[in-house]
Amino acid sequence: MMRGLVALAVLIVVGTVKLPVEHNLAALHRQEHFRGVEFNLDLREKIGQLGFIAALSGFRAIVADALFIQVYSAWENTEWGRMLLLFRHITTLQPRVLLFWDTAAWHMAWNASVAAMNDQKQPRLALRVKAQREYFALGKDFLERGIKNNPDRPELYEALARLYKEKYKDHERASEFYAKAADLPGAAPWDKRFSAYELSYCEGREREAYERLRSLYDEGEKERLPTLIKRLKFLEDKVGIRLEQRIPDKQK
Amino acid sequence: MTDASTLQPFPGPENFRGNASTSAKRYRAFSFSRIYAITTNTVTELTRLKVFYVLLVFALVLIGSSIFMAQFSFQQEFQILKDVSLGAISIFTSLLAIVATARLLPQDMEDRTVYTILAKPVPRFEYVLGKIAGVLLLLAISTLVMAAAFVLVLYMREQAVVNAIARQMSGAPADQVADALRVVRSSAFNIDIVPGIIIIYLKACLLAALTLFVSTFATSNIFTIVVMAFIYFIGHLEATAREYWLQEHSSGLLARVFLAVVALLFPDLQAFNLMDDIVAGTAISLTLFAKTAALGVFYTVIYTLLAAFVFYGKEL
Repeated sequence: MMRGLVALAVLIVVGTVKLPVEHNLAALHRQEHFRGVEFNLDLREKIGQLGFIAALSGFRAIVADALFIQVYSAWENTEWGRMLLLFRHITTLQPRVLLFWDTAAWHMAWNASVAAMNDQKQPRLALRVKAQREYFALGKDFLERGIKNNPDRPELYEALARLYKEKYKDHERASEFYAKAADLPGAAPWDKRFSAYELSYCEGREREAYERLRSLYDEGEKERLPTLIKRLKFLEDKVGIRLEQRIPDKQK
Repeated sequence: MTDASTLQPFPGPENFRGNASTSAKRYRAFSFSRIYAITTNTVTELTRLKVFYVLLVFALVLIGSSIFMAQFSFQQEFQILKDVSLGAISIFTSLLAIVATARLLPQDMEDRTVYTILAKPVPRFEYVLGKIAGVLLLLAISTLVMAAAFVLVLYMREQAVVNAIARQMSGAPADQVADALRVVRSSAFNIDIVPGIIIIYLKACLLAALTLFVSTFATSNIFTIVVMAFIYFIGHLEATAREYWLQEHSSGLLARVFLAVVALLFPDLQAFNLMDDIVAGTAISLTLFAKTAALGVFYTVIYTLLAAFVFYGKEL
């Protein structure tokens, strides 16, 4: 009995010593992007009691994967609403997995939007277009929230740039996000080039686009790709570059 | 008839001194060889447990079953393979730590082995240390086996995808093929997984030491396992309780006392759940790894010492 009480006292003393250590360690974890998930009532309502307990016990990756497998079967049955709900749970559980944000956005902005546009049950075109735009917005929302959770990684910036380019035809925003991706470590080597390409389609920003493409061209043979030369030629005409300053025609 | 020459003289003070010094040389207060003997005996005893084999086989089956995720893209397949395999390693090492340790002391008492050992000049501390060392060795072996199986499965899947891509892109320029293969390789094995597995092992060590401590005052191994299941869940909530206790001052006295008890008495098990984020691509720094590992070692040592302390006072 006495030894038990002494052991309890030791545990309390150790507890007071370890408290600041654990507190600082938790802060370090958060600073280095660990422990990004907050376990609260909102999460419990989203994923259910059992999933919440599993996630709380350190198995949130497995819970997220199980939900992801459910997404796959929902996709086979084209249950877009269910997919949206599941993806929200998955990305809440695993906010650092880029794959989940990217796949969620792709399903919403590419697959669900096309399905909405081709919906045979909806005879009114205006409503089909509206539904399509809503799915674009959902895809964009996933990517924006993904970027907020992973500001240090370029992949989601690239995905958002693609979405602006292909779905919204907004070349200015596409250029902006390709440029942001290019500034981050681990970016794809073509991000800088794609940013300049997109800018070359923006009315009123041709001069800036020309300068960026020209500086890429001047970097050497590796950057002198057919699309770059084509856009550069187009801009030379549009901006009115003097003949002696233009790139040689043989590159065409 | 006894020959006088064969009679041994009655030991005088010198002889007594000689015997005493000889026996002092033979007996040491702390002996690694005694601990080693108990450790190897514990490992042998535990490997004979059917539950150990069932857990190991189950873990290997789970890891192996991850191969059949072929319907997904290779990124999704690798992601799920890593999540499931490392989750399985985490579950099984934790389970093994609790189940194997919970039965150590009660089983020895039931078999009366503990009396045979402690009747010899073996201090109780060495007995406890030998027992826990046996469990930690067993955990190390099983973690290594599971990790090796996981790496092998991942490597095989990676090679299958690499070969498929190389075949599909046989006509493409070399730099494009190299880029594609780089993406595949970066999605598969990540060196940060290694410190992640070490952290999983340390969490299991902590749980084993804590289980041993609980079993020193428990009456049966079922009781120990049930208590440890509660501790496992509370330990994962400790961080939430601690933050709430340290930051929130508006809650009632009873709630604050409860939070303080949880924060002070239980280990923060969430601190060891780094694998999910490592698999997601978050890099683990050396400082973070060292601090987390040090916390694991600290807990393991403290709980082992407390287990030895309580075991000293236990009536056998």
